[in-house]
Amino acid sequence: MDQITPKAVKEFKIVGTRPLRPDGIDKVTGKAMYGADLYAPNMLYGCLLRINEPHAFIESIDTSTAEELPGVKSIVTFKDFLKINPDNKNNPILENCIANEKVLYDGHAVAAIAAVDLNTVKKALKLIKIKYKKLPFVINIEEAMKTGAPIVSVGKKNENIPDGYSDNVIQYCSFGHGNLEDGFKAADKVIKRTFKTPSVHQGYIEPHACLASMSNDGKADLWCCTQGHFNVRSICSNIFKMDNSQLKVTASEIGGGFGGKTTVFIEPIALALSQKSGHPVKIVMSREEVFKATGPTVSSLVDVEVGMKKSGKITAAKAIIRYEGGAFPNETYELGAQSAFASYDLDAVKTEAFNVLTNRPTQAAYRAPGAPQSIYAVESVIDELCQHFNLDPLYVRILNAAKKGTKSSYGPTFDDIGLKATLEAAKDHPHYNAPLKENQGRGISCGFWFNFGGNTCVSLNINFDGTVGVVEGNPDIGGSRSSISQMAAEELGISLDKVKTVIADTNSLGHNDVTDGSRVTFSVGLATIKAAKAAKKELCKRAAKLWGIDEDAVIWKEGYAHPAGANAGNQEPLSLEDIAKVSSQTGGPISGHYEVNAEGAGVSFGVHLVDIETDMETGHSKILRYTVFQDAGKAIHPSYVEGQMQGGSVQGIGWALNEEYIYNHDGKLQNPGFLDYRIPVASDLPMIDPVILEIPNPGHPYGVRGVGETSIVPPLAAINNAVSRATGIRFTELPLSPPRVLKAILDTQ
Amino acid sequence: MLTREPEIKLKKLHVNVSINNDNLEFLCNPEDTLLDVLRNDLNLTGTKEGCSTGDCGACSVILDKKLVCSCLVLAAEVDGSSIDTIEGMAEENKLHVLQEKFLEHAALQCGICTPGILIAAKALLEKNQNPTEKEVRYWLAGNLCRCTGYDKIIRAVLDAAREMRKDHGPNYS
Repeated sequence: MDQITPKAVKEFKIVGTRPLRPDGIDKVTGKAMYGADLYAPNMLYGCLLRINEPHAFIESIDTSTAEELPGVKSIVTFKDFLKINPDNKNNPILENCIANEKVLYDGHAVAAIAAVDLNTVKKALKLIKIKYKKLPFVINIEEAMKTGAPIVSVGKKNENIPDGYSDNVIQYCSFGHGNLEDGFKAADKVIKRTFKTPSVHQGYIEPHACLASMSNDGKADLWCCTQGHFNVRSICSNIFKMDNSQLKVTASEIGGGFGGKTTVFIEPIALALSQKSGHPVKIVMSREEVFKATGPTVSSLVDVEVGMKKSGKITAAKAIIRYEGGAFPNETYELGAQSAFASYDLDAVKTEAFNVLTNRPTQAAYRAPGAPQSIYAVESVIDELCQHFNLDPLYVRILNAAKKGTKSSYGPTFDDIGLKATLEAAKDHPHYNAPLKENQGRGISCGFWFNFGGNTCVSLNINFDGTVGVVEGNPDIGGSRSSISQMAAEELGISLDKVKTVIADTNSLGHNDVTDGSRVTFSVGLATIKAAKAAKKELCKRAAKLWGIDEDAVIWKEGYAHPAGANAGNQEPLSLEDIAKVSSQTGGPISGHYEVNAEGAGVSFGVHLVDIETDMETGHSKILRYTVFQDAGKAIHPSYVEGQMQGGSVQGIGWALNEEYIYNHDGKLQNPGFLDYRIPVASDLPMIDPVILEIPNPGHPYGVRGVGETSIVPPLAAINNAVSRATGIRFTELPLSPPRVLKAILDTQ
Repeated sequence: MLTREPEIKLKKLHVNVSINNDNLEFLCNPEDTLLDVLRNDLNLTGTKEGCSTGDCGACSVILDKKLVCSCLVLAAEVDGSSIDTIEGMAEENKLHVLQEKFLEHAALQCGICTPGILIAAKALLEKNQNPTEKEVRYWLAGNLCRCTGYDKIIRAVLDAAREMRKDHGPNYS
């Protein structure tokens, strides 16, 4: 666990240390309250009825028998939502939660029931009579794009779609600069390959859960596990035509999300069941429902063409990206196109991307959404070119790496970035020069993520006893309360145990964007530091009042108000606690606030090194050694930065080696459970060694960059390159599961 | 006013059990799992539900000194048994060494798998006071964690084992 810090922004006392997380004790003793852990008096249990067909027209839904079952209190279908608000017919988020006219994927819900206990709900679900007509369906990207394919949803196609595609191809974008033709001509070798990646699921261990209670007057309380309760409020209040203020959403502790809990799946249903029954209603998804009806990531089909000089210099690069995100438009095809070549400083580059509909569950964001798939393809082709010219793959990446001043392939010009430093660190690491044995291969890959800022506000309250409460609005998914408290304590110059950070419900703080885009430590941290600065200003003012001097004559230093100079007098410095204790006499309670739509998040780069041994008799690949290098800007709590680097890597390892949505010829998902959808387990893995680099982000007062997402990007290509080098066979499709690798080995023998 | 005749329900089963050294009794339906009863009837929500098929280990408890997935045990089966859940792991206000080490090593991120992993790790250390890294990894292979990549979990368990051996003196093996 190394840390490499070329230059620090400033000296820190609390930032950069590893205190115990404030929510830790509750989480190791079972006290922490997650989505499914809340029960309300007079509560009903809700469940959804799902249709196991990939595509069907709903002719009728007869709920009359189910309604008669004692204990059943309410039943809702899409029609109820049309009664609530006719505009709901055009709401794709709601239609993904509950089908309108058509079942669009295997597992799409059509009705929901609330009853006094779970056994009654399950009995009642069987009493609903659905008549539907099966429709032709399409699961696969290539098939879906062809003219003549079954159309998932008519009328979604944008005008800029080139000719020759079906109406499932709904959006198109392109990015790039320079002259590709000249670039490819200047190359000594051009390699063009087509790559495929499967749909994979975020695989959070906590299934979606919520508890909704709506009163007769239309006010509602909603408790749910979500990455963004303000977003849940916006979506639900829109569906129910409620004022935002009338719907209070409280985020529970969250049992993993990785992007998959950035939208809603059951919350509007629970609210509708509650509205209709007058009872609080709790819905907890089963694991099968999570796999079938919540968002996996897109599956992809990507062509990459790269030209290289024998010196290793890239002369031109092109990618055509096709992402299938299920039954509704995916939001990641554009991010795939933008991120594909972000690691490189290129004179001629172009990426094009297509957004494709299929009869699969609607994709949701998954850690660096869209980047792993396109970067997998790019990094695999670059590795093949390195092999072709017998060039060191790290040398080639350093030679072509994006740096400060590089015009990125997607437009913006980069400021201070840490890619080169990260690559150099990998090159100097003992891992890179360790010997390999037979059937072993070493793979490397770069990774990139944009990082987001966004709408954020924080209140920082100084209590009368000199302790501090920070109120923020982003669910803590990996230790962020600790890093926010650390930044508050650092800025105020007080000890960490004086600070407590809480996550407010939607009525207790202004809007905060979702916990996504690796934005929380950056944006909430920024707002916390600025709120602390505002509080310090007020503290100085109060000290001035106590001393009877001008407020400009007081400065704040290391937790104390000091007279600003000899002219201000020689009063004894006053601590935060001294001032807080008498604040009632100097103007009332003291607090600081800050609101921002934050920019300057600062892009993030990482480099992964992996050693793999492939068993040539079984096709099984074992990870022998794994090292992660990533620029964190400034690691506020290094343990949780390492945790992000390790966790993302292992999710990427699962994607590369095991995980995939498997569909049968009938369009039904074959592996909606953890037994057959195999995520990495402890015995699959070695230790994951993290090396944190700190190249400060100029856009943050402490230099922070988001770290959460980049780490899932490199494993796909790093492992693909390692297995390709171990076996001598170039692979272009994930996962590299034993059957696929073994088949390739046998085919070449 | 009653609008419906009360249904004559299947007779519930009466179960006596010791949970975290407290003698308790409950009524359950024949099809209820131990996990259902712990969470929905006994307010012991520290035991988590991740899959209900015995694949994720989030619902791990110790039943008569054996590590089990409580989602695979029928509640009616546990009559006369002794059960340890996460709520009983700390003694009064003193955390178990494993709990301390999980905090110290930052071995949790979201924390949803943590109760199950702690229970499983405790069961391991009761059998094997000096496990190798490989033994810890294989023992915990039935407990899924999606956040950490397991690295810090494995380190925390090995460190806890070390600490517990130290506490018990050199003859403890």
